[in-house]
Amino acid sequence: MAARPGWQQSGQMDSSAVIDMDYLDSGDGSGHDTNESDIEHDSPDSKDGKSGLYTSMQKNVASFMFERGREQAKRAYSLYANIDFLRPYFDVEPHIVRSRLLNSMLPRKPTDERQSVPRELYGPTMLVFTMIALLLFQMKTANHAVEEGTLMGTAFGVCFGYWLGVSSFIMVLSYMCNTRIVMMQILSLLGYSLFGHCLVLFLGTVIHTSHDHMLFYLLWGTLGGLSTLKMIAVLASRTRGSSQKMVMCGIVAAIHMLFLIYLHFAYHQMVEEISFLEGVGPHHDFLKKEPIHIISSTVKQAAEMKGH
Amino acid sequence: MADVEFQQTHLNDVSLEGDITVPGAPGQGEDEDEEQPSTLDEPVRETVMRDLKAVGNKFFHVLYPKQSRALLQEWDLWGPLILCVILAMLLQSSDTVDKVNDGGPEFAEVFVIYWVGAVVVTLNTKLLGGSISFFQSICVLGYCALPLTLALIVCKLILLGPHTTAMFTVRCVTVLVAFLWSTFASTAFLTEYQLPNRKALAIYPIFLFYFVLSWLVVSHQS
Repeated sequence: MAARPGWQQSGQMDSSAVIDMDYLDSGDGSGHDTNESDIEHDSPDSKDGKSGLYTSMQKNVASFMFERGREQAKRAYSLYANIDFLRPYFDVEPHIVRSRLLNSMLPRKPTDERQSVPRELYGPTMLVFTMIALLLFQMKTANHAVEEGTLMGTAFGVCFGYWLGVSSFIMVLSYMCNTRIVMMQILSLLGYSLFGHCLVLFLGTVIHTSHDHMLFYLLWGTLGGLSTLKMIAVLASRTRGSSQKMVMCGIVAAIHMLFLIYLHFAYHQMVEEISFLEGVGPHHDFLKKEPIHIISSTVKQAAEMKGH
Repeated sequence: MADVEFQQTHLNDVSLEGDITVPGAPGQGEDEDEEQPSTLDEPVRETVMRDLKAVGNKFFHVLYPKQSRALLQEWDLWGPLILCVILAMLLQSSDTVDKVNDGGPEFAEVFVIYWVGAVVVTLNTKLLGGSISFFQSICVLGYCALPLTLALIVCKLILLGPHTTAMFTVRCVTVLVAFLWSTFASTAFLTEYQLPNRKALAIYPIFLFYFVLSWLVVSHQS
């Protein structure tokens, strides 16, 4: 059977009688038009022959259309709904996830030997969702109101945007600084380093301090610092050249630490300060108030009240 | 090909009537009778009552969870839709309707959390090697939000009274019990299809999903 690129690409090899007729007739790779012209020349002129041929052509076209539709749906499904390519990155045991979480807070001094980075997505994905839940927890506690959009949309955007966006940025940076690391490893490394951020957010929201943020800064320095150190130690061990190491580690450390500060101050209400200024009661009375705007307008109100 | 005979008369006697069978659709289990009566001619009331009974049966299985296949074999999304709409409507009520707080974001927020959360948990279950189908998992997660919906109704009734610390504690305890009930019910159905050494990995996102819903319920102030 001769090769017929047009027919083969459309995947119609087993569907319609038109192909069968073409196959029986000739193997010259001719197209549909040739088949039609052959049919016209070969069919008899009698009415019965024409109507029978017309009926069979109708059935063939219908089955052809159905098969085409089915093929296209299958192709679209396999393209957009196939998650099997992610399966190897979720092949992990609970005790391995636990040990990786703990190791994400234990930096090792970088040496000439490259520190290993697992290519795993279960832990990072769950940490990102945990951070989303903690942000929601934080925003709801502080009665944070978003003028356009939803709290959930904000939390999703911030967390996934950071994980995927900063991973892409680190990928570009690793290309410029000649760091030997692939995208999946960066996603895994950055994802696990969010464990420190989740701990800080959780403790910072649950433990309310009055007037200042010393506890937050302490947690930021210790827990946030440990997870950042771990990440930059791994990146430094995979980078050659001291100036490249400094650029890579400096930028990544700055972004990671500043992100934690942003998470705390952008979505956290200085509850005790406002209640002190307004002279209201303890924390649970504040929850009955109207929802108020984000920190900038709150600071503005506090400044106006101080001026009065 | 010469010894093949085509039984033309037999083909002419084949009945062409029957229901459209779609693999994986509700009601297509292996144990069912293949010759089901046609439901096209029955009264609408009968059709609706049959579906309502199926939904009610599943609610019963959620309230008394034990490992059974009732939620899985004949899955449907009516129950999850009803629960989602009730949750979203009860959570969106607001005393002040203005530019900032017009109730709209709360409804969309709950809707997105509910369905996207169920999809994410299902994807995670499948990626971990679970042998459950996509819509079966969505069905179980949706139905198992029933205890939280009941807790929200109880909280709304409590909020009609005085807002004291004791009432707040009662609300917290109610929502906590509902959260544990929902998590236990869904794990009873879903972890059966998970590898035994990975059940903890499958349970955590379910825990997170119901935790977020519980937090929305407990933090709601009418």
